[in-house]
Amino acid sequence: MSALAYNGGSTIVMTGKNSVVLACDMRLGTNLLTVSNDFGKVFRLSSRCFVCLSGLVTDIQTVYGLLRRCANLFVLKEGREIGPSEATHALSALLYQRRFSPYFVEPVVAGLENWSGVEDGMSVPFVASLDLIGCISTSSNFAVSGTSSHNLFGMSEALWVENMTADELFETTAACLLNAVNRDAFSGWGALVTTVTEAQVRTRRIKARQD
Amino acid sequence: MECLIGIRGKDFVLMAGDSVAGRSVVAMKKDHDKMYQLSNRLLMAACGEGGDTVQFAEYIAKNIQLYRMRNGYDLSTKAAASFTRRNLADYLRSSTPYFVNLLIGGYDDSDGADLYYMDYLGSMVKLPFGVHGYGSFFVLSVMDRYYKEDMTRDEALVLLQRCIDEIHERFIINLNSFKVKIVDKEGIHVMKDLRPTTKQPEETPGTQSMDIV
Repeated sequence: MSALAYNGGSTIVMTGKNSVVLACDMRLGTNLLTVSNDFGKVFRLSSRCFVCLSGLVTDIQTVYGLLRRCANLFVLKEGREIGPSEATHALSALLYQRRFSPYFVEPVVAGLENWSGVEDGMSVPFVASLDLIGCISTSSNFAVSGTSSHNLFGMSEALWVENMTADELFETTAACLLNAVNRDAFSGWGALVTTVTEAQVRTRRIKARQD
Repeated sequence: MECLIGIRGKDFVLMAGDSVAGRSVVAMKKDHDKMYQLSNRLLMAACGEGGDTVQFAEYIAKNIQLYRMRNGYDLSTKAAASFTRRNLADYLRSSTPYFVNLLIGGYDDSDGADLYYMDYLGSMVKLPFGVHGYGSFFVLSVMDRYYKEDMTRDEALVLLQRCIDEIHERFIINLNSFKVKIVDKEGIHVMKDLRPTTKQPEETPGTQSMDIV
């Protein structure tokens, strides 16, 4: 079986007028056996920069560790938190270093670009997806990854519209994820949805079909 | 063909492993202990490739002890599990990967009792109950049905007995003895070995006639 499908899992990120919403399923499996229904795949790099990692769980945990190190050193060296586009490029370099023995992860980076720490309406929603060897693909609307990526593409293309508010975006992203993973045997067991706005970051757990 | 079971209770972790040490179709030893003591309140159960289990487990145990000697206090369960995961993940892409599946159970004063499940690739997750091996296919459903948060030691042992009975009932390999240990605030306690509950064979009435009447 493909290394990217061994543990299962799916993630999606969508942008709105001045917010981003990240969502992931909660399953961790070993081939056909489900081991945990509590494994979130959205990780925080700074107060308004997040990364969703899907793929082989050991590499998710390794890559997140390396990214966290990078983000923490950034704060010490630059005196400010890392932004999503900066994190994307750092991640790309990190992954390409292992070009011929790659980390089996499909990351999606999302957050608010130019976040200065105050609610001044100057920050811009940012989302970018990368492949397992670090090819960056910046998007204006949404990005998906994981075992049900095809389903997620279909759902997102159908439901996404421009300039959604944070609440509308939450509903849309959750609907896309839930309906996509319900058709995928390797994803599911609940969802974790993180809404990122200038004012706050809110994480909600959705109890979906438990199968 | 090995089976490791871990159950987290209110303030303890119950860990059990089958006690068969075998190679191919032969059971070489019937009272083998697969659990290794990492520190006073840290226990690791390991299954997988023959030499790898012992080598890796002892390597981790010695390093945990070294930390204790250098710093004067024990590593927390989470830290010890992360250290172990890092080692497994680093060795995975080397020329000498370790094929070992682990359950790490421990107690510390800040987080209470914790159980960590780790597979040979280095994927680590904190669980209320975890099982390694073919036994997992049978036992996880039993756990889903009967496990509840904050169980007492007796309740956990009853649940463990149910699991062992299920393995005995449906798993083709004969695992008829499990070593059992409990980790809690006071340390690691060795419990009595658990065996499947023997059912009394049904009375069959004498010789039955096979005549076609």
